Amino acid sequence: MSAPEFTIVAEGLRKNFKKTEALKGVDLKVRAGTVCGLLGPNGAGKTTTVRLLCTLLRPDGGRAEVAGHDIAREARQVRTRIGLIGQNTTTDHVLTGRQNLMLFGRLYHLGKRQALRRADALLEQFGLGEAADRQVKHYSGGMRRRLDIAASFIAAPDVLFLDEPTTGQDPRHRSEVWRSVRSLVDQGTTVLLTTHFLDEADQLCDDIAVVDQGQVITTGSPEQLKSRIGGDQVDLLLRHAHALPQAAKILARVATGEPETVPEARRVSAPVTDRLTALSVLARELEAAGVAVEDISLRRPTLDEVFLRLTGSRPKSAQEAEGDDEILEEGVPA
Amino acid sequence: MTVTDVRTPRDAPTRIVAVPRTPLSRLRWAVTDTWVVAQRDLVHWVRSPAQVFSGLLFPGMMVLLFGYVFGSAMTVENGGDYREFLMPGLFALVIIMGVGETVTAVADDAGAGVTDRFRSIPMSRVGVVAGRCLADMMNSVMGLCVLVLCGLVVGWRAGGSLLESLAAVALLLLLRISIVWIGIYLGLLVKTPEAAAAVWTPLFPIAMISNAFVSPEQMPGWLRVVAELNPMSATVTATRELFDNPGTGGTSWLSENALLMAVVWPALVTAIFFPLAVHRYRKMSR
Repeated sequence: MSAPEFTIVAEGLRKNFKKTEALKGVDLKVRAGTVCGLLGPNGAGKTTTVRLLCTLLRPDGGRAEVAGHDIAREARQVRTRIGLIGQNTTTDHVLTGRQNLMLFGRLYHLGKRQALRRADALLEQFGLGEAADRQVKHYSGGMRRRLDIAASFIAAPDVLFLDEPTTGQDPRHRSEVWRSVRSLVDQGTTVLLTTHFLDEADQLCDDIAVVDQGQVITTGSPEQLKSRIGGDQVDLLLRHAHALPQAAKILARVATGEPETVPEARRVSAPVTDRLTALSVLARELEAAGVAVEDISLRRPTLDEVFLRLTGSRPKSAQEAEGDDEILEEGVPA
Repeated sequence: MTVTDVRTPRDAPTRIVAVPRTPLSRLRWAVTDTWVVAQRDLVHWVRSPAQVFSGLLFPGMMVLLFGYVFGSAMTVENGGDYREFLMPGLFALVIIMGVGETVTAVADDAGAGVTDRFRSIPMSRVGVVAGRCLADMMNSVMGLCVLVLCGLVVGWRAGGSLLESLAAVALLLLLRISIVWIGIYLGLLVKTPEAAAAVWTPLFPIAMISNAFVSPEQMPGWLRVVAELNPMSATVTATRELFDNPGTGGTSWLSENALLMAVVWPALVTAIFFPLAVHRYRKMSR
């Protein structure tokens, strides 16, 4: 039997919670041995999608196969092939690292000797060999997370689901987690992860599915998504912030999207398609209007901007703790 | 971090992890999983002595408080030693208080995603719940053992035959089983450890308005009815009879048929809360 091209296939997946339609028909295909990121604003349906594919929730409509098994009819078979890492670490603080892995090994009904061999191999792989016999409550946050990933890897699953794996982790721990995920993918595991962090999606994912209001609205590699929203991004850096509205108006004439103003940085940005025309028109008209410009630059859009254009809202990103208006309006997720 | 390939065929468990297909192998998985989950909870006993100590301290304190501080002012209806009267009440109290432990543990696991983690692996789903139940039962047995020792120290004796004493313990554990289902139901309902703490609050009055500490005959009329209807009272009277302890001479139908009611009440509670707990657990998938 040749390996199928897609490890996760979802078609028209629907889910209702009481009267709210959480998923309105999610279509998703994840290639074997790749990392796919589900990206979307809060309440878009990312976590619900993962919980359906993990067999934690039953779908109300549509179908999906994970590792060749139907999530509704063959839930238990699906569970032998997947690993789930939720938003919280679920390892037991009182047990040692090795005991935690042994616990899961025994729940997978590996023999005692095999469970032990497996536990030791994974502790080594995730750099926890030294800490194997220490209680987890003495572990650092990053070590706990790695142990969590190791536990979900007991049965060498074909598919690993990560629901916001690095939320609440400091940057060093985040890169530890990324490295672990990468090394698993190198060994052939397929990973589906949800994240708020665009830099995480950019660094880790081969493909991104943007989820909004219970549907996948677009998919593609980070690069594809960036070029899909059209060419380049123009940044205008002004000398005086009071000229921003005027500059934005001029920029709007050549831009293919709504200009975005950042008053603190005295900057206004917008996407353009024809860069040369845009630049010459901008230079001429800004001068005619008497707007003092310090710098004009052209660059590729960030994933952030892609996201904003696609969903009309901006997810929080790691560096962006410094008070983004839109985040404040949306409220901090629970 | 060194990356050794843990997926090499020599040790790749992917193909080894199978799902049980026959009813017998399903049952075997359920039994194993129950035991593994229960062990996880029992390790906490071994590994966190402080928690265990405070858990055991409570019954001891109750013996001291009610046996000696309040006990000197208490009289037993129809005569008899108050501490002999008290001990069966304390046995039942420890059993009733167990609901708080169940709720907290269930809510902790549900809130922290442990329950979801268990549900995402091919283990038996019965095992997740039954393991909790088994662990709680064992915890209660240990609590009872400590309390029995305390009782023996302060002069309590089981006057009945060995068989009667065992029957008394069995009735107490029967009450505990019914309470496990209340605990699992409430734990899945509240889902957070903070909310679970609220469950402890009404426990004490519920335990007090019974025949555990004072005979209902000495209470005002309406309160007597409530105290006698308290399922805990039936178990207390039944264990007093079986242990041959004083204070069993109630005149109401309920206290005259305490042995029967000590079986009927837990059965009734289980009949109500077992389906509710299962429904709640299933609802996690909806």
